[in-house]
Amino acid sequence: MTDVQEAITRAHHDEWARVVASLTRRFGDLDIAEEAAAEAFATAVERWPVDGVPPNPGAWLTTTANRKAIDRLRRENRRDDKHKEAGMLHIDDHPEPAGAIEDDRLRLIFTCCHPALAMESRVALTLRMVGGLTVPEIARAFLVQESAMGRRITRAKTKIKAARIPYRVPSTEDLPARVSGVLAVLYLIFNEGYLATGPGSDPIRPGLTAEAIRLTRLIRTLMPENGEATGLLALMLLTEARRPARISANGELITLEEQNRDIWDAALIAEGHQLVRERLATGVAPGRYQILAAINAVHTSARNFRDTDWWQVVALYDQLIHLDPSPIVALNRAIAVAELDGPQVALSIMDRLEGALVDYHAFHATRADLLRRLDHTDESRAAYDRAIELAGNTAETAYLTRRRDELG
Amino acid sequence: MQYLISVIDDEQTIVAGNDSAVQAEMSAVDAFNDRLKAQGHWVFAEGLAAPNTATVIDNRGGASVITDGPFLESKEFLGGLWIIEAPDLDMAIKLAAEGSRVCNRKVEVRPFHVSEK
Repeated sequence: MTDVQEAITRAHHDEWARVVASLTRRFGDLDIAEEAAAEAFATAVERWPVDGVPPNPGAWLTTTANRKAIDRLRRENRRDDKHKEAGMLHIDDHPEPAGAIEDDRLRLIFTCCHPALAMESRVALTLRMVGGLTVPEIARAFLVQESAMGRRITRAKTKIKAARIPYRVPSTEDLPARVSGVLAVLYLIFNEGYLATGPGSDPIRPGLTAEAIRLTRLIRTLMPENGEATGLLALMLLTEARRPARISANGELITLEEQNRDIWDAALIAEGHQLVRERLATGVAPGRYQILAAINAVHTSARNFRDTDWWQVVALYDQLIHLDPSPIVALNRAIAVAELDGPQVALSIMDRLEGALVDYHAFHATRADLLRRLDHTDESRAAYDRAIELAGNTAETAYLTRRRDELG
Repeated sequence: MQYLISVIDDEQTIVAGNDSAVQAEMSAVDAFNDRLKAQGHWVFAEGLAAPNTATVIDNRGGASVITDGPFLESKEFLGGLWIIEAPDLDMAIKLAAEGSRVCNRKVEVRPFHVSEK
């Protein structure tokens, strides 16, 4: 990559959301902001190799995008002020007492992740407007037709305008719930990259995990006080760190126990551990993502599977169950209990979860493994069969099939 | 900006309600309406009679065709409505949530169409 190309890529990473956010604020229209930002970057691709990279790329891009937006409004014979009067986007400048976060990018994120939009629309809109991914890129990441993805984004923008979803940081009272909503969108993007579903799909789509990490970093920068944003970032980093060891050369999932820990990403682990320590030092009771990050910190601190501090892992799951008494959390706790107290104890916990998790592949995969360790071969095989039937990820199916066939 | 809050009713809520529960709902709704008026959100609010009191009229062809009953038979139906004034969807959702609680039914919020000049 040449220096200029690198500068353009970096500017796209650093400045896209800022340009879209400030234009949305100025022109009150997501469409105009998106289109003008895209045109400004296209102009940069054209001009920078000839004219050189401007000393302040962000300012150059914002100015260029502003000019493009004004050109468009002129072409369409609409004046700036008149346009604003039409009240396309409701921009509320005085919702917050002093001290609240003031960054247009946050307004943009909260608008894209508004709970009145369907989850899949929030994901697509966030990747487009905040992440700067193109519609074809998003469509490819989610294995959806480009035209369908385009319609999904357009529909969401139409609803934002027509129903007047506001362009602002929510009130202090609503903030905690709305931040969790944003983090849920980012975690979903990460997981879609990490646990890609669908036959024939790549088992891991690193583009989406990297994008989710980048957006979560942004949220953490904008809301440094929010422990859950930090927790989610740490969780993503500690998960991503294990990615190189997670899929074998022939496309099979490798479990934590069998992973080659030497190829885990030490830099990501160090950063993740640092964030977990930072949260522990605050003494503030952790939320869900912080506890999950702490669990992953325990795993990534152990030199091998046997050295894992299972007591600590189970204790953290106990804490998590307190916050989130869902059967999936109970399942993950049971997996840790199997290492601490043996497979028989874990199996009796699993029996109580069957009703809720009967259609969940990981439940059957876990049961299959516990039964295998207890030499209940026939029952184990039946459980593997059921898990394979339900699993959506190609690498996971390959792994489960091998384990079943090894039962003999 | 005006929003329509539709009260989604179903046969179950009607059957389940006894007299004192209905009374309690009605006074809660009255108190809520007073608050809407005091805060400048109130435009209109009323409950509807049962769907089987409806009459459908189709005069598109000039010869007015009159049919007994609602245009759509379904388990859920429009039980009543509010029209409110709110600066944005967040406020509309907040008011709708209160409305849902006081009338003890699901509600739907929908903006009125605003024509672009």
